[in-house]
Amino acid sequence: MELVLSAGIGVFTAAGVWLMLRPRTFQVVLGLSLLSYAVNLFIFAMGRLTVGAPPVLGAGTDSVFVDDPVTQALVLTALVISFALTALFLVVLLAARGVTGSDHVDGREPHQGEPHPGNPHPGAPHP
Amino acid sequence: MPPELLLILAAILPFLGSVVAICLPGHARNAAAGVAGLVTVTSLACIGLLYPLATGAGPVVWAVDWLPALGVRLVLRLDGLAWIFAVLVLGIGALVVLYARYYMDAADPVPRLYCYLLAFVGAMLGIVLSGNLIQLVAFWELTSVVSFLLIGYWSDNASARDGARMALTITAAGGLCLLVGAVLIGRIVGSYELDVVLAAGATIRASPYYLPALVLILAGALTKSAQLPFHIWLPRAMAAPTPVSAYLHSATMVKAGIFLMIRLWPVLSGTESWYWIVGTAGMATMLVGAWSAIFQHDLKGLLAYSTISHLGLITLLLGLDSPLAVVAAIFHTVNHATFKASLFMAAGIIDHETGTRDMRRLSGLWRAMPYTGTLAMVAAAAMAGVPLLNGFLSKEMFLAEAVDNTGDHLLNLALPVLATLASAFTVLYSLRFIRQTFFGPPPRDLPHAPHEPVRWMRIPIEALVLVCIAIGLVPNLTIGPALAGAARAVLGDRMPDYDLAIWHGFNAPLAMSVLALAGGVALYVAFGRRINTNPRGGPWLMHRLDGGWLFERGMTGLVTGARALEAKAGTERLQPQLRILFLTALTAASAAGAVHGLDLLAPGRATAFDPAFALMWLVGAACAVGAAERAKYHRLSATILVGGAGLVSSLTFLWLSAPDLAVTQILVEIVTTVLLLLGLRWLPKRDRAIPIPVSERARARRRRIVDLGIAVVAGSSLAGIAYAVMTRPAVDGIGRWFVEEAYPQAGGRNVVNVLLVDFRAFDTLGEICVLGIVGLTVFALLRRFRPAPDSLERPAQQLRHDAEDRGREGREPGHTAADALLVPRLVMTWLFPFIVMLALHLFLRGHDLPGGGFAAGIALTIAFMLQYMACGAQWVEERLRIQPIAWIGLGLLVAVLAGAGSWLFGRPFLTAYFAYWQLPILGKVPVASALVFDLGIMVLVVGASALMLVALAHQSLRRTRVAEAEAERAAGSKESA
Repeated sequence: MELVLSAGIGVFTAAGVWLMLRPRTFQVVLGLSLLSYAVNLFIFAMGRLTVGAPPVLGAGTDSVFVDDPVTQALVLTALVISFALTALFLVVLLAARGVTGSDHVDGREPHQGEPHPGNPHPGAPHP
Repeated sequence: MPPELLLILAAILPFLGSVVAICLPGHARNAAAGVAGLVTVTSLACIGLLYPLATGAGPVVWAVDWLPALGVRLVLRLDGLAWIFAVLVLGIGALVVLYARYYMDAADPVPRLYCYLLAFVGAMLGIVLSGNLIQLVAFWELTSVVSFLLIGYWSDNASARDGARMALTITAAGGLCLLVGAVLIGRIVGSYELDVVLAAGATIRASPYYLPALVLILAGALTKSAQLPFHIWLPRAMAAPTPVSAYLHSATMVKAGIFLMIRLWPVLSGTESWYWIVGTAGMATMLVGAWSAIFQHDLKGLLAYSTISHLGLITLLLGLDSPLAVVAAIFHTVNHATFKASLFMAAGIIDHETGTRDMRRLSGLWRAMPYTGTLAMVAAAAMAGVPLLNGFLSKEMFLAEAVDNTGDHLLNLALPVLATLASAFTVLYSLRFIRQTFFGPPPRDLPHAPHEPVRWMRIPIEALVLVCIAIGLVPNLTIGPALAGAARAVLGDRMPDYDLAIWHGFNAPLAMSVLALAGGVALYVAFGRRINTNPRGGPWLMHRLDGGWLFERGMTGLVTGARALEAKAGTERLQPQLRILFLTALTAASAAGAVHGLDLLAPGRATAFDPAFALMWLVGAACAVGAAERAKYHRLSATILVGGAGLVSSLTFLWLSAPDLAVTQILVEIVTTVLLLLGLRWLPKRDRAIPIPVSERARARRRRIVDLGIAVVAGSSLAGIAYAVMTRPAVDGIGRWFVEEAYPQAGGRNVVNVLLVDFRAFDTLGEICVLGIVGLTVFALLRRFRPAPDSLERPAQQLRHDAEDRGREGREPGHTAADALLVPRLVMTWLFPFIVMLALHLFLRGHDLPGGGFAAGIALTIAFMLQYMACGAQWVEERLRIQPIAWIGLGLLVAVLAGAGSWLFGRPFLTAYFAYWQLPILGKVPVASALVFDLGIMVLVVGASALMLVALAHQSLRRTRVAEAEAERAAGSKESA
């Protein structure tokens, strides 16, 4: 199990990092999503793996129990925050695309040269 | 009134007055001047009443805790030295207030000037009255800032802005050095309190940190007091209104450095380093300042360099290790403040009444303004050191010290000669000031016809000149006792015997004085005309050495250098930045691994292998890789694949005993996917057919290979670390404690939920604040959203459907869209109450079973979202208005109130309470205040996530609305035509 999960974390990370290095904003957003899955799983894995023993106390039992519920609590808030982050980046990318007319991460297409003071966004067609 | 109260009143009134002044309307110059006058006179009266106490047994002290953790108290301390400086600050302050009322133009924002002036009075008093080094530095920096504002008062004037910036740069940098120096002194002594520091002189001088502390403190003092080579800011500060120059840049602020050196003289002086640094700086400044003053054509410029020179003289006196020199320094500080402030005011009057300050244009003003001329002459005579005036007395003391200090040092041998030379220069420029301005032929082509100023404008000068004469004639009756009190406060047991008499008999200082007077006059007669027509401008011998120019060049060089470095080493592009970020992280991790070693295959724990789990992860990995591959050209399938990856991680949580995470992850996954789908609509078409330029192909290929390398290395490293950690036995951390205490302390069986809403509730409060802020940010960004023009037209699918509808009998455009997903839509509508129920269920069971506020909130959002998807935003909003922003506010309020409730029981914020209540029918139910907090979380999560979704969903509506509005406008204009 450990081997499978660590390999899975590795693949998610690699895919996430690859996408974050791509030039299109949508790729970066998806990359962030994948990377945050990987990181959440990684943090979760730091509490070691346990099968079939959730950190919910039975009535008066002293059964086997996960070693560390703290990582779970950490990841729970991280899940919600990474959702918020994805939403924020998505909206930033949409706004940037609306303003610059390009969905390149730098706000302008490559090979189009430097922006010029009169027209800071050479990709944007003039209204 | 008790003395402490008087002291507090004196210290605080200027700041209050400053606030009052800025609240006055812009044209209320009489009111502002009235406030300022009242404040300064009242403060002066307070300080005056304290005279017997301050110069008597010991200082008047009032203290209160300020930074108790650092052992720093706010201390007001008035001793003899502080008293004489405070009177100087407030007395001249009151006169400047009166003068400024008549000097300033009605069109200027005069209340603002008075606001700054009063703030400056407060800051300067703060320095003088500080009984604590840190407090002193704080007020010191405040004077720099206020001086910046005052120099830049006429902010539409470029030279005022430049002068203000230069003054701030130099004096505030010095202030930072001073802060470090003060901290060093505090470290050596163990306290920042002045009384303790003053008693620890021997310890400080013996400390290895003495020299750094000395250099840093002197860096502060010498920059503030415009000593060589930091003097360049003072002439440029003359762009300030003249009352400001008279007050800050001659009488008070530049004396702050002098004050500090006098204050710490008992502690820091008496060493070789003090002698060399202070003595050399003072000597050089005195000579260079006097020499430069000779060649100024601007009245204020002359006075500025003269001020520099006199400050140098005082600094030189402090550098000599002699108690009598300290007395002379204090005495000359007072004298210089009186005659120089009056000269500045006279220069201001001349500027005000004639329209120019250029001595080459001015001449023969005596005829038009005999009264002002007389006053200026007396003050200038005091500056030149003419007998029967105060300047003569302190200059005699200086010359006496110069003669007495002849010793082994080269500096000492030259001292009498150089002192006489500087005195002669002083005589020369004083004479030139008077001769050029008031004598000679009648003036021609002045901007205004010269005449005497209004009566009230002369009163401040008269008062100051009167002081000059009074001190000069009967020093023992006027300044004597106060001077003795100030000197005693500094020197203590080393108080020397001295005599303030005018006549000491025929001795060396008198001879030097006479020589200087005669020499100055002779030099003026010989060179006066050539100075006026000096072709090169600037002082002879030194015209190439322009410190201000060097400073500006240095600053420009700094900026261009930084820009060049940024252009060379920095990048605005995101991809290289991220690449560097990842590479740095990888390098750091490898370095750590190389140092400590990483044994991946340590024997340890292992969970039994399950083929189903491996199969699931095979799918997960395929999803991730597929998403990476398809994200550029096939966004929809990439989004779905990312969703698949999310699903796998959710199942993993479920498998590995984290049901809470699994539930939350799957719900979040749904919302995220919907959000991404909503966003897809506004992205540009990406066409594979667009060719990459041939020249770019090789580079693009290389870049992709590098990125792939980075990604693979990052992935395998993280996998390796994860594996290594997971196979090691668990560390006995804090986790066990939470498991054991969750039920006894918080009454909850779901440890994760208890952690979130009880044990670590404050962290959770922070998290939900972040969530709320992100929601509002998204909302704000979308309010100004302008879609790119090529995403404005309707989607192709919709156009095709509409075209088909038009082609068929009995169908209107939009029918196909309305018919689509009819059955699922009905199901979705009906699901609404059930999902709401599920959300409530998740919420209520959260404390004991998997669930909780986060999950419940997102589930509730999904219930709303499904309605939007099934029936469209308009349909939903006609029936159900969700107010997401109100939900955010309400959620935060509930969470904070739940936390604050524990205050009622005298417990700290967010202390949870729980009990079991016996209710009819339901039986025993757990009641926990944490449940209310969880409710806050749920409400806020609903608000934030709904806000994001709804804001994004509304964009399509807004576009139609804009289109409709435009269509209507077009129709309207057609009709009117």
